[in-house]
Amino acid sequence: MTKKDTHEHLTTPTRLTGAEIMWATLVGEGVTDVFGYPGGAILPVYDALRKFPIHHVLVRHEQGAAHMADGYSRASGKVGVAVATSGPGATNLVTGIATAMLDSIPIVCITGQVSSKLLGTDAFQEVDITGVTLPVTKHNFLCTKAEEIAPAIRAAFQIATSGRPGPVLVDITKDAQQASTLFDFEAAKPAPYLPHPMLRVEESGLAEAAELILNAKRPVILAGHGVMESGAMEQLRTLAERTETPVAVTLLGIGGFPASHPLNLGMMGMHGEAWVNSAIQEADLLIACGMRFDDRVIGTPSTYAVKAKKIHIEVDPAEINKNIKVDVALVGDLSEVLDQLLPRITKRDGSAWLKTIDASKGAIAVRDIKNLPDSGHLYAAHVIHDLWRITGGNAIVATDVGQHQMWEAQYYHHEQPRTLITSGGLGTMGFALPAAIGAKMACRDKEVWVVAGDGGFQMTAAELSTIVQEKIKINIAIVNNGFLGMVRQWQEFFYERNYESTPMVSPDFVKLADAHGIRAVAVTTRAEVAKAVEDARKHDGPFLINFMVEKEDSVYPMIPAGSALHEMIRRPGQSALVESAED
Amino acid sequence: MLHTFVVYVEDRPGVLTRVASLFRRLNINIHSVTVGSSERVGLSRITLVCEASAEAGHRILASLYKLENVVEVDDVAKAPAVTRELALIKVRVTPVTRSRIFELAEVFRARIVDLAPESLMIEITGVESKIEGLIEVLNEEENCVTEICRSGKMTMRRGQHTSSVEHAMRVGLANQPQAS
Ligand SMILES: Cc1ncc(C[n+]2csc(CCOP(=O)(O)OP(=O)(O)O)c2C)c(N)n1
Repeated sequence: MTKKDTHEHLTTPTRLTGAEIMWATLVGEGVTDVFGYPGGAILPVYDALRKFPIHHVLVRHEQGAAHMADGYSRASGKVGVAVATSGPGATNLVTGIATAMLDSIPIVCITGQVSSKLLGTDAFQEVDITGVTLPVTKHNFLCTKAEEIAPAIRAAFQIATSGRPGPVLVDITKDAQQASTLFDFEAAKPAPYLPHPMLRVEESGLAEAAELILNAKRPVILAGHGVMESGAMEQLRTLAERTETPVAVTLLGIGGFPASHPLNLGMMGMHGEAWVNSAIQEADLLIACGMRFDDRVIGTPSTYAVKAKKIHIEVDPAEINKNIKVDVALVGDLSEVLDQLLPRITKRDGSAWLKTIDASKGAIAVRDIKNLPDSGHLYAAHVIHDLWRITGGNAIVATDVGQHQMWEAQYYHHEQPRTLITSGGLGTMGFALPAAIGAKMACRDKEVWVVAGDGGFQMTAAELSTIVQEKIKINIAIVNNGFLGMVRQWQEFFYERNYESTPMVSPDFVKLADAHGIRAVAVTTRAEVAKAVEDARKHDGPFLINFMVEKEDSVYPMIPAGSALHEMIRRPGQSALVESAED
Repeated sequence: MLHTFVVYVEDRPGVLTRVASLFRRLNINIHSVTVGSSERVGLSRITLVCEASAEAGHRILASLYKLENVVEVDDVAKAPAVTRELALIKVRVTPVTRSRIFELAEVFRARIVDLAPESLMIEITGVESKIEGLIEVLNEEENCVTEICRSGKMTMRRGQHTSSVEHAMRVGLANQPQAS
């Protein structure tokens, strides 16, 4: 069989082995790259790979494979695919699958399984992975026969991408991979997708929403990840502009509305700027678009935006009234709902409310660290600010989890959708590097940056060799504060500065990169930041910068978990050690 | 409040786990669950009873529908419906108590389905309170109950056929993959 045949037998039923069927089905679903790691129970699949026009990225840990598939999907909107062997290979995927689940990312994971006659016997490397992943997948399949493989994989793609997207796992026993059967791609097509029966966009709801919008004095649009998942960027912009309504975004909503747009307030929630959260608390109408009122966004439910009527446009009926009771629920695909709603919306003057919000910004910008004169100290905010300035806000940035992630969200102003790749729901440390690799594989001509803390970077640093083996150009910014910074910050604020188990010794990241054949520099002063970023961009190959930033800097403002949005810890004034220009 | 969910699911391995897992994840205790074949080939019917807030009902319903193998869900709640349970009760008997237990069974319209020298088995169907009434009386009067097996509740709405399964079957299940 030649590579050409693989396309022919998508139209002509052919006898193939289960392993070949797996690849042929992926080809039929439009897959060009997969991320994986071989092992005994998936060997027939690896043996068949050479016959198919699919590029396999060999990862260093299966968690990396799942994160890469995830980053691939977040950056491109396509389905990312991860492959692993049974047992430990499969369990190593779990964190990555859960990460995709909590952020509604469509990925398909394929695992090898012991032969069907050994199922349930505690055979070597047997793990009940469909059982293990049941609560962290949208759905999963166990295939024990070759005939089941193509329908299961095709269904997996449909499930992963439909409604509220999410991860799907297909577990294939070794004997099913080895057996052969007639492969009929067309016949394996799943039945047409049935939308969730509780989707409901009624005339009365649309009319009521339109009425609320037209009469609101202090409306705020809350834009979430659904804006991108549904491709509703244009409609969102029309709604905001026509009604002159400010837009607050969630962490995962960043990029769904251009940062430079005058109506963009910025990120809401725990580390949102004060004026954003105040606007929400003062609002008389919230128009929630593809967001789920996560606890990191609302603080305490009972104190959240109590003066506001709430319109919730959301594709998942299970999210309606879950955390926040809403007045009008339009349950459906965001862009479709907005298409129905927009014709009912006429121009509206929002200038008074916008002025009030603007005034509430007050002197915040003056206190902002990035605007303070150079004190000789290097703050993470400087790093991100320069990175944003130099890349024009157009790079894809994959962050890890922690303080640097919040600073990225605050100081890197994303203009384009799908350019911030970050684990929001699960908050998975170790996500950045593999997710960036996935993003780069999906968007070869895009500039891709990793922004990671010294802690999280070490969780998946082994993927540096994946970059080298794949010969891809990724730039890595380590925001190195010598601490598990975000946890240290909580200890500072809420545990009397008892820095238990948060100071962290790290290897010399420049030497580590060097050992991989990756060019790297360390940066210790603000003056060096821009040059290092420019050097990295110019260098023809991966580049790592170890930014040695202030050790005990904190992310402001901060709403302590379980507090109301207006009860935030503000940036300290000039006297406070960490943020003073003079210290 | 007490919720009674009637759920039509595909009759495949692992489906009950998916349904049960949803309640476990929401930390909701399942009072009773019965599963068996339904009027449609390939579909099982579950009656699941649990205690949860009124708002939780909506979320459970929506979440059940998110399960791939779930075809139809109905939260019967307080709608007019017939609910029945079946119980098998084994009691210890002596020649002296036997006739009294026969009498009690008769009062409750229960049947004796097994007779042994020192024990007998009673079969009773009905609403929960009726079954519990019999058990209580048996325990109070003779303190003779040695084993109880209850089916859990089965519920069906009164009146015209309300299931939309037939429709869902036509559209949805034409071509589903064999694997679960
Ligand atoms: C896998 C995992 N383990 C633990 C945590 C808890 N956690 C959240 S932020 C954080 C500290 C991150 O430190 P670092 O990577 O150095 O980034 P920084 O906060 O300093 O920017 C930790 C331990 C997590 N989010 N993920």
